[in-house]
Amino acid sequence: MAASDLRSHDYDVIVIGAGGAGLRAAIEASAQKAKVALVCKSLLGKAHTVMAEGGAAAALGNVMNEDNWRVHFRDTMRGGKMHNNWRMAQIHAQESPDRINELEAWGALFDRTPDGRINQRPFGGHTYSRLAHVGDRTGLEMIRVLQDKGVHSGIDVHMECTIVRLFVVGGRIAGALGYFRETGRFVLFKSGAIVLATGGIGKAWQITSNSWEYTGDGHALAYDAGAELIDMEFVQFHPTGMVWPPSVRGILVTEGVRGEGGVLKNNKGERFMFRYMPDMFKGDYADTEIEADAWVKGDRKQNRRPPELLTRDVVAKAIVKEIAEGRGTEHGGVILDIASKQNADYIRKKLPSMYHQFKELAHVDITKDPMEIGPTTHYVMGGIKVDAETQESTVPGLYAAGEVGGGMHGANRLGGNSLSDLLVFGRRAGQHAASKRGAAPNIPDADVEQSMREALEPFGREGENPFAVQTALQTIMQRDAGIIRDKSGLENALAELEKLKARARKVGVTGSREYNPGWHTAIDLRALLVVAEASARAALERTESRGAHTRSDYPDSDEKQAREQIAIKKEGDRMVVRREAQPPIPADLMTLIKEGK
Amino acid sequence: MSEQRTLRLFRGTRERGELKEYQVAAGEGMVVLDAVHAIQAEQAPDLAVRWNCKAGKCGSCSAEINGKPRLMCMTRMSDYAPDETITVTPMRAFPVIKDLVTDVSWNYEVNKRIPAFQPRKPDAPDGTWRMYQYEIERPQEFRKCIECFLCQDVCHVLRTHEKHEAFMGPAMLVRAAVYEMHPLDVVDRREHLHHEGGIGYCNITKCCTEVCPESITITDNAIIPLKERVVDANYDPLAALWRKITG
Repeated sequence: MAASDLRSHDYDVIVIGAGGAGLRAAIEASAQKAKVALVCKSLLGKAHTVMAEGGAAAALGNVMNEDNWRVHFRDTMRGGKMHNNWRMAQIHAQESPDRINELEAWGALFDRTPDGRINQRPFGGHTYSRLAHVGDRTGLEMIRVLQDKGVHSGIDVHMECTIVRLFVVGGRIAGALGYFRETGRFVLFKSGAIVLATGGIGKAWQITSNSWEYTGDGHALAYDAGAELIDMEFVQFHPTGMVWPPSVRGILVTEGVRGEGGVLKNNKGERFMFRYMPDMFKGDYADTEIEADAWVKGDRKQNRRPPELLTRDVVAKAIVKEIAEGRGTEHGGVILDIASKQNADYIRKKLPSMYHQFKELAHVDITKDPMEIGPTTHYVMGGIKVDAETQESTVPGLYAAGEVGGGMHGANRLGGNSLSDLLVFGRRAGQHAASKRGAAPNIPDADVEQSMREALEPFGREGENPFAVQTALQTIMQRDAGIIRDKSGLENALAELEKLKARARKVGVTGSREYNPGWHTAIDLRALLVVAEASARAALERTESRGAHTRSDYPDSDEKQAREQIAIKKEGDRMVVRREAQPPIPADLMTLIKEGK
Repeated sequence: MSEQRTLRLFRGTRERGELKEYQVAAGEGMVVLDAVHAIQAEQAPDLAVRWNCKAGKCGSCSAEINGKPRLMCMTRMSDYAPDETITVTPMRAFPVIKDLVTDVSWNYEVNKRIPAFQPRKPDAPDGTWRMYQYEIERPQEFRKCIECFLCQDVCHVLRTHEKHEAFMGPAMLVRAAVYEMHPLDVVDRREHLHHEGGIGYCNITKCCTEVCPESITITDNAIIPLKERVVDANYDPLAALWRKITG
């Protein structure tokens, strides 16, 4: 196909990715009268946001009126182990309440307090009950509301369209090339403002809560376009994924189970989280089961939170340790039990989709029996380096919002901070992208033709099955770049990834271009290899343990590295890693974080 | 503890296709989508199947399993006898794109035409509203809809009579019902449901309710109350008079 026969579209703003961040960006850009295209890899409304369960964190103060943005900011920075982009964490804490209320104005039906306001539930690392929620299907509610708002805002939606390349001309973003799954035909989107909202990279690991889509497309597209990636060593392993039966391993079990009173136990029946209190949080959590249970029963002024509600990095590592030391369950997990803490009606009301999921997939009735759970790859804190105010990357005209953006969550994300992050920074990205609209630079035909040729190469070859290469990559990352890493494992991962790059260049696909998953996987491999390598290189560079990044050869945190960032950039064909210091946290905010005032 | 299972999958396009047989090693707890993925990864990499969450939350992997509309990710292999062949075909009410993937874009077009949500004036000076849990239980039930379109697939008005031009189908009626029964909404959608939506085509056979993987009582809680509202608006002489007076 020559570039001249290619279907092409001109837009003021192109948003790639249609989860919460992409939809919110598109809605905002459209509100600024921009002509907007929303490009989604799946059907509209199926993006990862739909799977988000527990809720969206915002200091509305509806349940505990002591809450405000300052407490939320402090929780976020402490949860992120002081590594966060402080300005993003501040903007996020300040703007989240407005973004949640705005959803209500667009039709969202959050669960209510007795006095008719948006209800809020407790969650890991949050001082007060802070998560606006709808049972355990908050993401579904959010995506439906945004979807309906979006389709009534005059946005053009291009469904089942995967972007394979961004074009940068004269140092500015100029457009994107993609293909439609249905036909396998290419499409060129021309625009001087592109928002990446493609989500994460979880498909690079074997045990994951992420779907086929999460292959790090946005990270890799931006990297190839010359943008910088940061914090790629910080990958969140959610403490509670299903472990049994094998076919469901990795499927998420919401933190809401613990928010509603669920407890973690080892095979001796011991509530082991009391033994894993980090110094930073001493005094903030209950010391005894009696105190924790009283808190669950509703007496939240006199008692402190259960240690099961420590941040995800802490809980995941504790679970790994329990299992490693022989106190795990038969299938290599630990016990999550809510049946002994809440009555059956309450559980079914507050956690309906968990009830359904365990009943259908594991034949376990969570109102009667405990769940078996273990860590699962869930979220990447790292991403495209952006300006806190505008979400613009280091490539002019290229923006990033949501999981694909880096900095906001530091070394560990608090549960509930993702759904609010999507809204806050999705809106900002859409707003600034729209304000920067202008004629896009012309993309040379030869560049477009070359990209199409490269994408089609697997068809001409009798090569290896792309699924086999993908599986090999996931196995390597799970083994050598998982929850606990060390130098030799990471070096091994990098060496193995080099071999996989060579194999990926030789994969072959059979069949036609129409809806051909083998071909789609061959294309996705390119992105997976970039993000896997970036994550392993950054993990090797950070010689300390911090938040979600745990090095067995450097088990302690090193305060000198707290505000140091590992940045990754493409130079020629090489992936270059360097360290840079983040701007210092202003003194007043530092006092707030340290002293809580 | 894996056993060999036989699956027959539809392979082809809307022009031509056939059922092809595959053997799969089925492990404990395996669902039909896992078996389809195993076939894709090892035997037929170009086998088209749509999926995302694999946990019954996104509604992407809808198909017909032994003739019944179901989510592949929520259907366990062990639900079928060990020697039973499991046949998976694409949803019949929509055009096939390829293999198990159908073109469901019609649903998105229908949804776009449902009049948008519009709230009443805020209840509080800070621009927020007050709603009580009991008021929102009903629309919250409808919001559980994951847009799998299995109810559209089973609905004989669409499946057998192909009235896609005249009838929006149960899924989109549920979608409209969210806002019709939303305590804050001020828009009247009865005209739309009556004419463009063709709600009269539904003759309450409740097939949609039976296949809903989210157990939404589509017919009783969404469609029948909507039908009553439409009837009230169109055949109630008092209401008709009132409309004349108030314009």
